[in-house]
Amino acid sequence: MPSYKHINPAMAALTMALSACTPADQAADETIETNSDPRAGLSAGLYDAGEAVWNLEHLHALQSPPGFFDPDALWSRVLADEPEEETEAVEASVAEGDGEGETEAEAEEAAPPPPNPISFANSDLAFTGDRVIMGNFHGFNIFEAPRGENPEHILSVVCPGGQGDVSVHGDLVFFSAEQGRARLDCGAGGVEGESSSERFRGIRIFDISDISAPVQVAAIQTCRGSHTHTQVPHPTDPDTLYIYNSGTGSVRPDTELEGCSDGEPGDNPDTSLYSIDVIKVPLNAPSEAMIINSPRIFEDRETGQINGLWMGDPVEEDEEESTEVEAEATDAEAVEDTEMADAEPEATPHGTRATVSCHDIGVYPDFNLAAGACGGNGILLDISDPENPSRIDDLYDPNMAYWHSAVFNNDATKILFSDEWGGGVSARCRAEDPMEWGANVVADITEDGMVQGAYFKIPTIQTDAENCVSHNGSIVPVPGRDIIVQGWYSGGISVIDFTDSNNPYELAFFDRGPIDADQLYLAGYWAAYWHNGRIFAPEIARGLDIFRLLPSEHLTANEIAAAELINFDEGNTQTQRHIVWPDQPVVARAYLDQLVRSEAITGMLADQIDAEISQWENGDAPSDQSAQIVIDMQMVSEMASPDDARRLSKLSGLLQR
Amino acid sequence: MVNSFDGKISRRGCVIIAGLFLAMASPAFAHMEIDPPIFQPGAPGQPARELTVEESLDLGQSHFIEADVAFMQDMIIHHGQAVDMGDLIAARTDHAGIHLAGERISLSQTTEIEWMRTWLERRGQQTARPGGHHHAMGHDMADMPVMTGMLSPAQMIELAASQGVEFDRLYLSGMILHHQGALDMVETLLTEPGAGEDPELSEFLGSIIADQSAEITRMRAMLAGL
Repeated sequence: MPSYKHINPAMAALTMALSACTPADQAADETIETNSDPRAGLSAGLYDAGEAVWNLEHLHALQSPPGFFDPDALWSRVLADEPEEETEAVEASVAEGDGEGETEAEAEEAAPPPPNPISFANSDLAFTGDRVIMGNFHGFNIFEAPRGENPEHILSVVCPGGQGDVSVHGDLVFFSAEQGRARLDCGAGGVEGESSSERFRGIRIFDISDISAPVQVAAIQTCRGSHTHTQVPHPTDPDTLYIYNSGTGSVRPDTELEGCSDGEPGDNPDTSLYSIDVIKVPLNAPSEAMIINSPRIFEDRETGQINGLWMGDPVEEDEEESTEVEAEATDAEAVEDTEMADAEPEATPHGTRATVSCHDIGVYPDFNLAAGACGGNGILLDISDPENPSRIDDLYDPNMAYWHSAVFNNDATKILFSDEWGGGVSARCRAEDPMEWGANVVADITEDGMVQGAYFKIPTIQTDAENCVSHNGSIVPVPGRDIIVQGWYSGGISVIDFTDSNNPYELAFFDRGPIDADQLYLAGYWAAYWHNGRIFAPEIARGLDIFRLLPSEHLTANEIAAAELINFDEGNTQTQRHIVWPDQPVVARAYLDQLVRSEAITGMLADQIDAEISQWENGDAPSDQSAQIVIDMQMVSEMASPDDARRLSKLSGLLQR
Repeated sequence: MVNSFDGKISRRGCVIIAGLFLAMASPAFAHMEIDPPIFQPGAPGQPARELTVEESLDLGQSHFIEADVAFMQDMIIHHGQAVDMGDLIAARTDHAGIHLAGERISLSQTTEIEWMRTWLERRGQQTARPGGHHHAMGHDMADMPVMTGMLSPAQMIELAASQGVEFDRLYLSGMILHHQGALDMVETLLTEPGAGEDPELSEFLGSIIADQSAEITRMRAMLAGL
């Protein structure tokens, strides 16, 4: 077993601590002069990169399992910068080859298949009991880590084809496959020809009831593959599960999968674009799972136009309800007006491509709601009838390059959307990248629909070698506040309070330096998810990290303890569960801490409430004063902010237990 | 609008020291003591087989074909013109939306050009297509775009000579065509058997489709509102 050298973490921490307040001109990395954030300028390395951590304890760092990472291959790419002979040979073969068949062979001969770290990229997580399922472009792995401790690796499954978005239900693991090379039989080597029954793009279902014999039990082919998927429980039948599938790849030909067709709705009303797939899974017979609907959730409700969504853009309000064809004409006219239409025929516009699919959908069954992050728009759906989701409202924002994922707060009064500007493979947290781009945006859910609040982007400057943008996260169940923990690829993980939609702020983070100081190697956190008291974060290149929150001025030990009370037997982040805190004194203490922090409660009343909670902790009945305390809290509540008023109401309820 | 730090955050930077000392507890990367067998399932209903570590790594090998290489070489040129078009914005229009769109396109495509160069270099390929681009051969160079969706040299000159709303219209209509050209290039590539199967390239194609489709949406809205 090879051992990886690493710098003394204590020394790394000390160095970072000292540099945190060093004048900028003394900073070690001259490219980052203006940044006092300790995440900037971390040293590079695969397993020995510099680290910065704030208000988190890093419990475990587990390397990607054998067979899912090849460090020799990774570093050979860095070292093989100037293989002169080889380059000449390739140039020669390219220059000679005009016939495409022979060049293909020659190119492969001259350049052996490159080591390709993204082939082994770790992706999303799902949780079942103490088990953490980590998806990978190459398959998936399962670890057992009760409350994040004593992690054991218990299963490796290879099934190449990316991106390995995973979810779990009982003994079934659901797995998204999208790449053209993916095969029905989990093999490698791709598929011959444009159409083949051996190609698999869609959702696989594996049975893991016997971890010494995992079996693929079903494979549901879809027209655009599966980039992400979301489980939606049946409202009444526990033996039926729905899956909302989001495919973002190219449309397969009808010859490969019947019923699939590309094109714009004007030319092809049955186009496979402009919809999601609703899959119904009979849990007792998963092999009978099938697509039962492809709802047109971007439809204009008045005109029935299926690509209606982005035509409702505010900028176009003065335009009459333009159709696809008319809009095309507008472009053509504009082009003609300016005499720019004399290009090659293939340069004429043939249809537009816009909000044609969702990237990810977060559902909140307890509230019959779903939030879709759908490329050009963020949308809110009513899923009372899960087979027929219908759009309630949509958002558009020129700062949001690519609406990527959506998380509700626990009360379903707001949604945090992420913008994956640059697709996660690019450096987007550099000094020149605006704070409104590649950020989160918070939207309040009101009677009039969604109302956009503030942006949040991690307040640090990362280098050109660090792919960084807002990515997947989940709610940290602190009562009385809306907090999310989120992966930002090589920007690290960040814990963010968004209780005030107009003032989100960070309260903890972890970051590790890039793999290489100069060249960008895809790495960093695909996600960071809270599950049963710990934070689990899949690192694309390096493995799995586990953290716990530490108390700070922004988050007290009581608030953390209240969050750690919440346990779910299963966790699929995009299928949100409503959190109900048990009636325990520490929950009351969490609310009290928040009310004291905001100075809604001060002085004697704070002391009286504290004493009252102590009575409860000691198993004593409420004191004689308790009725008066509740009345006093009611009076405070009338003057308090809406957030504090809610906390006072909850606390008051607990004190009247 | 650019990432900057006010006093408040700087102070927070100092507060961070307390947390950083706790980093002493940061664990070293661990190998698992015991790893289970690696299974490769078969088609639905078929039993899984066991793989060695080496066999698993071999299954992760990827390949690329000449069409992939040509696509990347062409796309570098294609992206390059988008950056050139963006450079014209500052001196020719006050349209805030176009400044925003142009800035984002320039930032995105500049880094993507670097990314494509790296992709080619790491595979031992040239970053420029040998002998120039075939579409341009045998035509009147000034009127012909180098490849689909690109502005012809004459159109670039016209764009550079325009101002105000005229520039806005030319820029937006030109960039919409430009982006659609990029999407067409992706589509054309994917009709080649075996193309786009390199996983990094596959991801990149996905991000081109996503980013540029969303940008077309925004630019069409702006064009309609001029």
